[in-house]
Amino acid sequence: MEIFLQQIINGLVQGSVYALVALGYTMVYGILGLINFAHGEVVMVGAMLALSALTAMLGWGVPPLLALPLSLILAILGCMALGYSIERVAYRPLRHAPRLAPLITAIGVSIVLQNLAMMIWGRQYHAFPQLIDNQSHLIGGAIINDIQIIIFVMALAIMASLMVVVHRTRLGRAMRAVAENQHAAQLMGVDINRVISVTFMLGSALAAVAGLMVSANYGLAHYYMGFLLGLKAFTAAVLGGIGNLRGAMLGGLLLGLIESLGAGYIGDMTGGFLGSNYQDVFAFFVLIAVLVFRPSGLLGERIAERA
Amino acid sequence: MPFHSVLTRLLFVAVSILILSACGKSASDQAAASGDLVVKIGAAAPLTGNQAHIGKDNESGTRMAIDEANAKGLVIGGRKVHFELISEDDQADPKTATIVAQKLVDNKVSAIIGHLNSGTTIPASKIYSDNGIVQISPSATAVNYTAQGFKTAFRVMANDAQQGRVLGEYAAKNLGAKKIAVIDDRTAYGQGLADEFIKAAQANGAQIVAREYTNDKAVDFTAVLTAVKGKQPDLLFYGGMDPQAGPMAKQIKALALKLKFMMGDGGYTPAFIKLAGDAAEGAYASLPGVPLAKMPGGKEFETRFVAKYQPIQLYAPYCYDAVNVMIAAMQKADSVEPAKYLPALANVSHDGVTANIQFDGKGDLKGGAITLYQVQQGKWQALETLGAIAPAAH
Amino acid sequence: MPNALRQFLTHGGKHQRQVMFWLLLGALLLLPFITDALLGRGWVRIADFAMLYIMLALGLNIVVGYAGLLDLGYIAFFAVGAYCYALTGSPHLAIAFPMLFPDGIHLSFWIVLPLAALVAGGFGVLLGAPTLRLRGDYLAIVTLGFGEIIRIFLNNLNAPFNLTNGPQGISRIDPIRMGDISLNATQGIFGIALPSVHLYFYLFLAFTALVIVISQRLEKSRIGRAWMAIREDEIAASAMGINTRNLKLLAFAMGAMFGGISGTLFAGFQGFVSPESFSLMESIMVLCMVVLGGMGNIAGVILGGVLLAILPEILRHSVVPLQQALFGKTLVDPESLRMLLFGGALIVMMLYRPAGLWPSRVRRRELDSDEAGVV
Repeated sequence: MEIFLQQIINGLVQGSVYALVALGYTMVYGILGLINFAHGEVVMVGAMLALSALTAMLGWGVPPLLALPLSLILAILGCMALGYSIERVAYRPLRHAPRLAPLITAIGVSIVLQNLAMMIWGRQYHAFPQLIDNQSHLIGGAIINDIQIIIFVMALAIMASLMVVVHRTRLGRAMRAVAENQHAAQLMGVDINRVISVTFMLGSALAAVAGLMVSANYGLAHYYMGFLLGLKAFTAAVLGGIGNLRGAMLGGLLLGLIESLGAGYIGDMTGGFLGSNYQDVFAFFVLIAVLVFRPSGLLGERIAERA
Repeated sequence: MPFHSVLTRLLFVAVSILILSACGKSASDQAAASGDLVVKIGAAAPLTGNQAHIGKDNESGTRMAIDEANAKGLVIGGRKVHFELISEDDQADPKTATIVAQKLVDNKVSAIIGHLNSGTTIPASKIYSDNGIVQISPSATAVNYTAQGFKTAFRVMANDAQQGRVLGEYAAKNLGAKKIAVIDDRTAYGQGLADEFIKAAQANGAQIVAREYTNDKAVDFTAVLTAVKGKQPDLLFYGGMDPQAGPMAKQIKALALKLKFMMGDGGYTPAFIKLAGDAAEGAYASLPGVPLAKMPGGKEFETRFVAKYQPIQLYAPYCYDAVNVMIAAMQKADSVEPAKYLPALANVSHDGVTANIQFDGKGDLKGGAITLYQVQQGKWQALETLGAIAPAAH
Repeated sequence: MPNALRQFLTHGGKHQRQVMFWLLLGALLLLPFITDALLGRGWVRIADFAMLYIMLALGLNIVVGYAGLLDLGYIAFFAVGAYCYALTGSPHLAIAFPMLFPDGIHLSFWIVLPLAALVAGGFGVLLGAPTLRLRGDYLAIVTLGFGEIIRIFLNNLNAPFNLTNGPQGISRIDPIRMGDISLNATQGIFGIALPSVHLYFYLFLAFTALVIVISQRLEKSRIGRAWMAIREDEIAASAMGINTRNLKLLAFAMGAMFGGISGTLFAGFQGFVSPESFSLMESIMVLCMVVLGGMGNIAGVILGGVLLAILPEILRHSVVPLQQALFGKTLVDPESLRMLLFGGALIVMMLYRPAGLWPSRVRRRELDSDEAGVV
């Protein structure tokens, strides 16, 4: 029972990480209908920036509790600038191009960012300094620590505030208008370029937060960390219904749970024939099964899709 | 941009490459013009991607040996020899590895130090063998590599069977583990080592209570570790590399697993200790060969290497040895022709910085000394060396 | 002048086209000798791989370019083909199942090839069936998952029974033979020495030509037109009486067969297969070839395949000399710069030619009309 509870907690923590990244994917997709494949790399840059800033500030003798928020802000600013430039350079010129064209530029951007990061931060894995005393707590025999609780709460809070932004503010209304129909929105006086830029910057700010949380939780940062994370988060976003904020949260948490329960129990379920090596197979089977019955994901709208 | 301008541009690119490669050629011709015999040595390892830190370490080890040999001004076959390193990035991809191999063959290299992974070493070894070029892998551990029957294939690293056997025996006998859990990263290296470890551990009376898996890009191991926790083993063996082993050790501690943590050579790195933090304490790892400090010239090697590059990641000493064992064979045969020095290499006995190197009939390391290490006070400390051949008396 | 050439190629008379054809054929036949002499044998091997990629790209073009179905797991079919030959043409089964196959199977390549194509086609249908209702990005993620599932199975099926030898891969695969002639050794014909890479070049050239001809015929056929109708508007197509389900499955199956053929050739050429060759990045690369070259246009796809297959190698050869020419020394280590330039090239090429370097004429018409943005 403790083991089962522990697996649930493992899944929720891992799922919150996916959800944090998936929110960024889904924001951009919701407005533009574009998979920002480079989002995982922005997460990586966020983690790297935060780590560099943190190490530098600790070196200058800035107290950790001040250095942490400062470096987070720096990372957020850096990522926003990066997100803005990515959109300007790689996506805006292709807004009226065939839909697969931005996919290719996105892959190009990923490769460029990865290799730039390798030049700047080197090939080695960077350890994340232990700043706060990471207390462990026992819940019914299962263990959870402070950073994990922060990640979980943070993911929920960010989702909630994004919902407020999208549904309650003037900017949000403009975003929804652009998502609905760009031409009509423009005619109504919405500056669509501005709205799209802001969306990218918001998504990238989220990526920076996610990057910092991920590297604090696992204790490392590396120029290659964005790829797999981005892929998993993209899967989570699709599972929940891409373009839907609550869907990204749900998809992320579900994917995390599927993975941890899969890794933990596949062996017992198949009598030892398959083991935790089939964790991803299990996750993808669940995804396919969901999509066969709900072709637009769990919370996705049933709209006639542009292919 | 109309199509014809694309073509013109392509043509421009092609022409400029031809010119540039011509420039590149003239550079090496200059060295030859000064009267030295230029001997090209090829090196191949992943220099991009998620193993790049290990790949670059290999390149540095090879480069240092070559620079030192050049400084010595060796004379082979009556001529002063100048070694030239051609280093290529195989991206840890089997297909790219064969392209790189062919390119090195085209460049008329006399020997290859590489590749890093078994998955790239094996397909490339066929090309080297077809062209009669000596290949010494510093780090490929798959038994298959030397089992193909190629006369040109050597390695200065213990293979999975040699290392897994020692580790399994050590875990069951010396550490007294009764119930053992095994995780591997599903790479050729991790899986091969883990399987051999299991065989040896079982043969020595231990029971494998859990067999779990991860992959070589993962960072979260809580699910498999929790599954392991349910089986209550007293030792966990991980077959894989340090980027996973570090966070894994951390998560073992966070999940309050009470067990001994053991790895192969993939975990014996400074990065493991850095990534695992205080959770690294007490972890075991093995490394083929004798500790650097115990080999003649080993300590000096480390000092020189760290001064020139960065702390040794993993296989740099083996690359260094691979180059030197090759040079030793060239000197003995008094020739840089692979066909001529190959027999000398097969019978070589060379005191390297990792061990005394002799090859068996297949090209594997003879004897295969393995040293066990443990993290004590934040540093890797040698515990004991098993199956060593004493340095040859001169 | 190149414009005149294009005019000549597309609008020239039958006679002119025949002349062009023979010139092209002659050039291609001489290509391995020319590259070998000028650039070295490594480039012949690169050309061999480029041809395998062209076959893959043309196969994927059927799915993505003609039928408009985004497939991010295409490399799985390449893997299926490769493992078909690896299992039947190597001693692996004899080692893994000595009771069943005491001497291994060692089937001839020419028997395995059609079988592998069929098996890959079967996997294509297997992928197609559950995804018929999905479109766009949902299809992309499911196909991506499918590709990963195949790779994970190949990587793990060494236990409980050793089918694929897991991550260790299968080595010692028999070389391809034509009658008694092994393509793995230098052969002399009419006093000309033909090294192994040259022999494989001609074999792959023949298969590429075959794949091109089939693609061309398919494009102009009833089936091809039906695919394009589905691509443009599925509902309208089905209203016109097109059986969209069967045709989509057929597109997946045909595309998969090309992938399978290419994979079988790959296994024979390399002599070694392991799951690392079939990663997601490979699928993405093949997709890039199709999109970058010009979806739906055979010539464009070929251009894309050639370009992306040789570009990293061109950069490999030129980055160091380039830096030395510009700065007199190597400033940035060549590997990271190489991939950086590759990524940059992807972006720049796409920005300049959003419809691909050489788009199909139908595509160009669509783009010229106002409402673009729909694939």
